[in-house]
Amino acid sequence: MRAPLSWLRELVDLPAGVTGRELAAKLIAAGLEVETVEQAGADISGPLVVGEVLAIEELTGFKKPIRYCQVDVGQANGTGEPQNIICGATNFAVGDRVVVILPGGVLPGGFQIGSRKTYGRLSEGMICSVTELGIGDDHSGILVLPPDAPVGADAVELLGIRDDVLDIAVTPDRGYALSMRGIAREAAIAYGVPFKDPADVELPAETGESYPASIADPTACDRFVLRGVRGFDPDARTPMWMQVRLHRAGMRPVSLAVDVTNYLMLELGQPLHAFDRAKLTGPITVRRAAPGEALETLDHVKRTLDPEDILITDESGPISMAGTMGGLATEIDERSTAMVIEAAHFDDIGTARMVRRHKLHSEASYRFERGVDRELPPYATYRAARMLAELGGAEIVPGMTDARAPVEPVTITMAAGHPDRVAGVTYGRDTVVRRLEQVGCAVTGEDQLTVTPPSWRPDLTDPNDLAEEVIRLEGYENIPARAPRPVAGKGLTAQQRLRRRVGRALAGAGHVEVLAFPFVSAKDWDDLQLPADDERRVALRLANPLSEDEPLLRTTLLPGLFRALAHNVGRGFADAALFETGLVFRPRPGAPERSPRLAVDRGPTPEEIASVEAALPDQPHRVAVVLSGQREPSGWWGAGRPALWADAIEAARTVAREVGVELTVKADRHAPWHPGRCAALYAGDTLVGHAGELHPRVTKAYGLPPRTCAMELELRRLGEPVSPRAPHVSTYPFATQDVALVVDAAVPAAEVEGALRDGAGELLESVRLFDVYTGEQVGEGRKSLAYSLRFRAPDRTLTAEEATQARDAAVAVAAERTNATLRGA
Amino acid sequence: MSAPNKSYDPVEVSALQPDALERARDKALAAIAGAADLDALKQVRLAHAGDRSPLALANREIGALPPAGRAEAGKRIGAARGAVAQALKARQAELEEERDQRVLVEETVDVTLPWDRAPRGARHPLTTMQERMADVFVSMGFEVAEGPEVEAEWFNFDALNFKPDHPARTMQDTFFVESEDTGLVMRTHTSPVQIRSLLSRDLPVYVVVPGRTFRTDELDATHSPVFHQLEGLAVDEGLTMADLRGGIDAFVGGMFGEGLRTRFRPSYFPFTEPSAEVDMQCFVCRGASVEPGAEPCRTCGSEGWIELGGCGMVNPRVLTACGVDPDRYSGWAFGLGVERTLMFRHGVEDMHDMVEGDVRFTLPFGMEI
Repeated sequence: MRAPLSWLRELVDLPAGVTGRELAAKLIAAGLEVETVEQAGADISGPLVVGEVLAIEELTGFKKPIRYCQVDVGQANGTGEPQNIICGATNFAVGDRVVVILPGGVLPGGFQIGSRKTYGRLSEGMICSVTELGIGDDHSGILVLPPDAPVGADAVELLGIRDDVLDIAVTPDRGYALSMRGIAREAAIAYGVPFKDPADVELPAETGESYPASIADPTACDRFVLRGVRGFDPDARTPMWMQVRLHRAGMRPVSLAVDVTNYLMLELGQPLHAFDRAKLTGPITVRRAAPGEALETLDHVKRTLDPEDILITDESGPISMAGTMGGLATEIDERSTAMVIEAAHFDDIGTARMVRRHKLHSEASYRFERGVDRELPPYATYRAARMLAELGGAEIVPGMTDARAPVEPVTITMAAGHPDRVAGVTYGRDTVVRRLEQVGCAVTGEDQLTVTPPSWRPDLTDPNDLAEEVIRLEGYENIPARAPRPVAGKGLTAQQRLRRRVGRALAGAGHVEVLAFPFVSAKDWDDLQLPADDERRVALRLANPLSEDEPLLRTTLLPGLFRALAHNVGRGFADAALFETGLVFRPRPGAPERSPRLAVDRGPTPEEIASVEAALPDQPHRVAVVLSGQREPSGWWGAGRPALWADAIEAARTVAREVGVELTVKADRHAPWHPGRCAALYAGDTLVGHAGELHPRVTKAYGLPPRTCAMELELRRLGEPVSPRAPHVSTYPFATQDVALVVDAAVPAAEVEGALRDGAGELLESVRLFDVYTGEQVGEGRKSLAYSLRFRAPDRTLTAEEATQARDAAVAVAAERTNATLRGA
Repeated sequence: MSAPNKSYDPVEVSALQPDALERARDKALAAIAGAADLDALKQVRLAHAGDRSPLALANREIGALPPAGRAEAGKRIGAARGAVAQALKARQAELEEERDQRVLVEETVDVTLPWDRAPRGARHPLTTMQERMADVFVSMGFEVAEGPEVEAEWFNFDALNFKPDHPARTMQDTFFVESEDTGLVMRTHTSPVQIRSLLSRDLPVYVVVPGRTFRTDELDATHSPVFHQLEGLAVDEGLTMADLRGGIDAFVGGMFGEGLRTRFRPSYFPFTEPSAEVDMQCFVCRGASVEPGAEPCRTCGSEGWIELGGCGMVNPRVLTACGVDPDRYSGWAFGLGVERTLMFRHGVEDMHDMVEGDVRFTLPFGMEI
């Protein structure tokens, strides 16, 4: 909402020197969010005067018409002699009054005006257009003033060229502030000065209706007022001052009749619509649309109507979408002389739905959605009729149609001390009552107040709404700060601490965290090589995605990580290790299709909460890692090494260790991994995720470096974090035994190690695989695994025999389970 | 006590003569001083302090002396051997020191060689910023509460007093889960966790809610369809706006430094009434940049104040929808944008940097913020 200071000053007796910025600060403190204060015309300096065109000489021989004019500017130029001015516009004639800027003046953009030779003549100034003066958008020619503009007068003053314009972002609860009336009322309270209500005009005593109308659906509209004018002069021009105000407020002047309705909407907040009387057929009815009805609106769009749409109709059918946009057939045009002016109070929700359905946002609907003063229509229509009479020579048709539906008055009961209890400040009853009355409430009662909010404040429904009015007007800055009382919190949960640890552990291990968008496409499933029946393909779809390319919600973190990796590779960082922890979205089989909307006037039952939750997808926390290029670079220390499938598995182990779990690794085939380099990760018997090298087709599809590796696991499957038990630290010496076992090449090392561990018994302290050998010495299809076994007893020094026995036992189990033979044996 | 030695050979004990003893000692000391390195010193040790050295031999012969002379001779020989042993020890230390010096100099490396062998990692600053902000609340006794990102409309809107079709509801540019009447949305704010907390926890409730939120804004320098919020909620008996101010002041003190002022501007949120926007004094210039002629402040744009977030007293309708008696309990809530905070606190200039995952952006933030 753009509010010119000069307009507000008409409605409130602001102190003379108050600037737009000062007023803005007061209004902000009162709760109107003034975003900017534009100082219109501040970059224009005079002399800028009214002139009368005395003579025009058309110059020829130029690419466009050029006029050499003599303009009388009175004594404004100090000599009284006519000014000679070159002008490129042709929309004026001898005798017209125009705006002249004399040498020495400055126009917007620092455009200095001087006497200069142009088109072979000396031009002493310039004749101005509204655009150049910053008071309009009309580029069609120079501004021609009414004939009564006094020659030589200061045009800055006359046209209101300088003004401060406040741009206010009105919050949805304060519909009344979408008007000069509402803003001026706040300004008057802020400065403690009188407010002149522009709606406060004395209405003539009306006896009859101006045009037959009725409300058929009281849920759609509870007030519908019509007044008529006739004998309107269609050629009457909108006065300059009104055009300037409309322009300042951000609206474009159209024609006098339209401008008057817009002007009054801006001033009062009441949307108005004018029908051409001659185009109406029979009585008007306000009702909902019937199935199949349609209407061509002012914007030349034919709209099929919804049975919920609120319509103004006559015997011909729909003539207007209520509070939203008028119909084309009954629009006033350049020949209209008789008009029916409508002002009404339409249902806010009904209007809002209509706007959404038809994507039809208008200044009128914007106000109806936010609540319009129900008592305004008789005054707004009367002022419109008066203005059309005064400015357009119309005659006001006697009578006023006032169709109403009964409305229960709103009263709020509030303890007089309630605002004190909300604010933590002692205001006292008198202050509370005074502030409520200032905003227009009627207040009765002593300790218990009965408050009737004014008609323009439909947002005031609860005691807390009233408390806010009192508190904001008393000043938020006067609320003290009370130091927080410490409460007994239990700190972070185990899972919250775990997620922090996982992030630190992965970052500490050289991974960089990314936070990818959760939006993916069905193409991702193909790019990941997911089988047709893979459950990761079952994803939620957004009804209104930002991009039609990515309408799905991720069921795996990998696509986002891959895109982040591709981004880094593209920027020259192919050696990258990235990780993400975040939610994935897995629809639950058999979940209800709708999440019910429960009542809000009481707390829900556990069953009701469960019914709401049941439709939600499962949203587990996952962790994923992607690695590419060199894990360690080569350097002066020697060769580097590439990121391997093993790094991906190690990342998973890093995560699992934070839970206190050692992962069991098994070979697996699982998209998007390389079928021969994919590990399934288990915590006990629970599959927690996968890791390994990516399938070459996947790296290709995502534009990743060859041999990119990745890991993904689901945190909750690791179980609750385990706090470790302290081990017994033996102080006795250890004994080491090395064994090389030859097994079939297909036997997983993990199985051999597991067998050694099981066989070695309690004396075993650690097993370490220190070499893997394949080659002639062990034979085709065989491999040698060399292990170092370290033994130690908790309570004695081991004898060589004990260590050897334990080793032999270990080898025996390995031989039994994996057909391992001792190398060289 | 051994028996006196009566059968001694006077030739063998010549070293027992005082002058001979002195000569042997001086010879030993000279040899020690003359040992050029540890190997030479080893030879010297053998020759002059070894078992066959004159002093050792002399020592052995003390027993052959007439009893009357033993004590005196023992004294002299002991002194001479002590002097030699001390000289050896000193020379040994000296030579070891020399050797160490030489070896250590030979082992000198160029310590300015680069070592970027171990890959470096970092956590995303939006993550660590959320943790840091949450921890300020946790230090006040709040607990961290969480909720789902795909949320029921009832939690995201209805229970928070967003009326159906009210402009406040449509202002939030919601992602709906297909089809539009599933009643599921991507949560537009972290506030549904207020409802979840009030429904699932015992009163009083003091929670801080960090989390990811979604709105249908195209990604540009200052907007992202995916962003993060953090909000604090306190519901207890007797809470007032003075407690709200105190809570926010404590948060600002913990995050940005002590003594920064805050100010409230009346505003509107459906789930709080009264509501306010909160500004805090610029933590860099502390308002000084507003003065005429002062150094301009990049952090606050020389406004002196920084927009922090929104807050208010929990709307009693919200309490009612959660089954909390609004006549007994009241509450306050305060929320702010994590991206915006990161932008002004750390000079991030473009939203793209926070969402693209470029390692150059994230690495400098390390583990904590």
